[in-house]
Amino acid sequence: MATIAVGEKRLSDAWEARSGLISLLGTVDHKLIGIRYIQTAFLFFVLAGLEALFMRTQLAVPENTLLGPETYNQFFTMHGTTMIFFFATPMLFGFGNYLIPLMVGARDMAFPRLNALSYWVFLFSGLFMYSSLLFGAAPDGGWFAYTPLTGAEYSPGLNLDFWALGLIFLSIATTAGAVNFIVTILKMRAPGMAINRLPLFCWAILVTSFAVLFAIPPLTVANVFLMLQRVFGFHFFQTQAGGTPLLWQHLFWFFGHPDVYIIFLPAVGIVSEVVASFSRRPILGYTLLAVATIATGVIGFGVWVHHMFAVGISPLVLSIFSISSIVIGIPSGIQVFAWLGTMLNGRPVFKTPLLFISGFIILFVLGGLSGVMFPAVPFDQQVTDSYFIVAHFHYVLVGGAVFPIFAGFYYWFPKMSGRLLDEHLGQWNFWLMFIGFNLTFFPMHIAGLMGMPRRVYTYEAGLGWGGLNLLETIGAFTLAAGILFFIANVFYSLGSGEEAGDNPWNASSLEWATSSPPPPYNFRALPVVHGRNPLWELPAADTPGSSLFMENDPTDPYQRETLASTVLSGQPDGILHIPASTLIPLYLGLALTAVFVGILLRQWWLAGVGVLLVFGLIVAWLWPPESEPAWHEGETAVIEERPA
Amino acid sequence: MTTAQTTSAAARPAVSRPLPHVLSGSRSPSWWAMLLVILNESIIFAALLTSYFYVRLNLPAWPPDGMKRPELVIPLINTALLVSSSFVMQWAQGGIRRGRQGRLRLGMIIALLLAGSFLALQIYEYGRSEFSPQTNVYGSLFFTITGIHGLHVLVMILISSVVLVRALLGHFTAERHLAVENAVLYWHFVDVVWLFILASVYLSPYV
Ligand code: HEM
Repeated sequence: MATIAVGEKRLSDAWEARSGLISLLGTVDHKLIGIRYIQTAFLFFVLAGLEALFMRTQLAVPENTLLGPETYNQFFTMHGTTMIFFFATPMLFGFGNYLIPLMVGARDMAFPRLNALSYWVFLFSGLFMYSSLLFGAAPDGGWFAYTPLTGAEYSPGLNLDFWALGLIFLSIATTAGAVNFIVTILKMRAPGMAINRLPLFCWAILVTSFAVLFAIPPLTVANVFLMLQRVFGFHFFQTQAGGTPLLWQHLFWFFGHPDVYIIFLPAVGIVSEVVASFSRRPILGYTLLAVATIATGVIGFGVWVHHMFAVGISPLVLSIFSISSIVIGIPSGIQVFAWLGTMLNGRPVFKTPLLFISGFIILFVLGGLSGVMFPAVPFDQQVTDSYFIVAHFHYVLVGGAVFPIFAGFYYWFPKMSGRLLDEHLGQWNFWLMFIGFNLTFFPMHIAGLMGMPRRVYTYEAGLGWGGLNLLETIGAFTLAAGILFFIANVFYSLGSGEEAGDNPWNASSLEWATSSPPPPYNFRALPVVHGRNPLWELPAADTPGSSLFMENDPTDPYQRETLASTVLSGQPDGILHIPASTLIPLYLGLALTAVFVGILLRQWWLAGVGVLLVFGLIVAWLWPPESEPAWHEGETAVIEERPA
Repeated sequence: MTTAQTTSAAARPAVSRPLPHVLSGSRSPSWWAMLLVILNESIIFAALLTSYFYVRLNLPAWPPDGMKRPELVIPLINTALLVSSSFVMQWAQGGIRRGRQGRLRLGMIIALLLAGSFLALQIYEYGRSEFSPQTNVYGSLFFTITGIHGLHVLVMILISSVVLVRALLGHFTAERHLAVENAVLYWHFVDVVWLFILASVYLSPYV
């Protein structure tokens, strides 16, 4: 016991942040960064939600004058852009940040400082984009910013510059985050966690991260083209100079469709975790689910043209993309059956997390049903740009991402805070959201089929859409009330929620093997894994090696170290040092902000200074530290293993 | 389910195995990170070159508007410069693997001079170009694609200069030279991308 206490003391000395502003801003702890990611993304969710409420209020009755046409354009553009780029992906990255190191049994991400940088860049690019509101110049070209509308001729102002530069800026955070996740998952797993024992949430983040690496570059290239055209008079999308607006559409949707899966796959990962825990049994068809995740990620890249069926493309191309758009429904079907099977086979406990999952399954199936109608090209050409589309993608995005995210809140809040969220308020939260959501978006299918186009700031009386629209607006406020219940629940439970203990749900994965909230170093001794469900598959007690934790943890003599593992079999491969807190990522984020502000305002000196600072900071970052880690040159640690 | 197996495994005596503090090559996380960055950047260039051909297929003539085909002398000299610099970098890395500081430093200096000449020649080529990025879509694509690659050459030079400074300070040993490995990896990537650009932007208008 004495040695344990000594070890704990040494770990906490090395890991616990010294208090004060500097350590707050300089922390590299993945848990703090993850929670910040989640909080900031939630803030963006609220902002975009308020924009939606304004739009719904405007549309509640015909010929309303709350928002003028220009403002309405800015609102739907900012709403769509914020929800997709600044809420959905960062929120899921926040969960990933918090959970991945814990789930794989590591003490932090592979690159903790890069992780801090990702967060700052995410925050600053969001502020950059939202600062446009102060100038009355919020982006107004729609969330896919089609040219020629978005060229300098038709969109003079800074509006679209904010948009394109903001997204290029943000892509740094997303890309760095993806690299970090992949390396952490491949190289830092606990001993025994072979790749076929990886938790399904980690699989989802792994595939998503690869999709990010493939999907973001075309978006960045498109935005670079757009900026060069807007600022310097280059020609890419203008027909009179030989270019073509279709180039934008291809580049954008090559990103845009996979992006739907980038949002959806991590949400699916949450679903698999919650379903298994609440059904009290291992997930059915683990391998099928992992393969379906990969398949969705891959096929997601083969369907982008289905956003362009109305553009005028050759019938052969259309049929090919039509088929691939149908095929992508198959993995989703497999997943739904695996979840339902697990629940039917187990003894499901319908607490709030599982309620949200059930809501997800229902909404997602409905969204999928309207989804499989689109690959029929003639149908698509009928409903494109109508409210039918708005209804469809909200079913997929809100049903497919927001409901699982809320399930995730209820499920992991106890781990993050040490207290359970209140069950009673949770039920209110769920039912208001579920009913409100359907009231808002189901009537939109009908309005769409009746001919109501999307992106209109008002409509005439007597078209027969008035009643439906009023219903939708009432629904939107009901939905918002549900979200207020959630916010209230968080504040209430932080103060007086039930104590959670290490593992309130009796779940099986490693994040539940440590205290709630976990210590800064995550695990006192690193865990060893004997199966897919480490906490449910402990070997018989009182045999040697029966503990969940390593008996002779090779990182023990050191301070800020964790284990590296081999990529496939998950065997210990080396010892990694984890850097301490530093302000460099914050400074680097600020320097990058200077670069982007300089370009936005055409203040080239500012951009130049920013670039020099970026370079200097990167050199400072990579320069080896004065004091070397706690080992000596040529020294090796030793690990004890029992050969299988 | 695995309880029985693990118990019997657990009954066996433990053996010990050394675990290094310094991982190199594909065992090191930063090697993986570099590989992923290269993957990501390859997609950037793939998107650029795909755009190039997509626009080209939409036009009756390429280069359009009676413009001349690109001149090849400078790009071919530049190809020779970059390709040879890759070999020199490889040779320098081979040096530090055997613990030879001198060879590492000399090789990196030569490679940096070669890459610097590449940039100088590219700027010279830009200066005498008969068209500008504003002329038409051809000019825009030409300057954007070669320019973004040029920026990558600049970044590669900056990274390697810092590594060179560290080499001159004696930071690297035969066991410990991850920064060199990653700089070399990035260097090769920038060079291979150039070959694709040569083939598409310079040579393909001739076929
Ligand atoms: C939470 C409740 C939400 C409400 C009440 C809501 C409402 C709306 C409304 C009224 C529009 C404008 C339709 C139009 O005029 O064409 C819209 C558009 C849009 N929404 Fe939402 N939305 C919600 C959540 C979300 C979420 C969670 C996402 C994505 C993750 C999302 C993504 C979008 C997108 C991409 C657009 C299209 C913007 C454009 O046309 O450029 N929405 N939404």
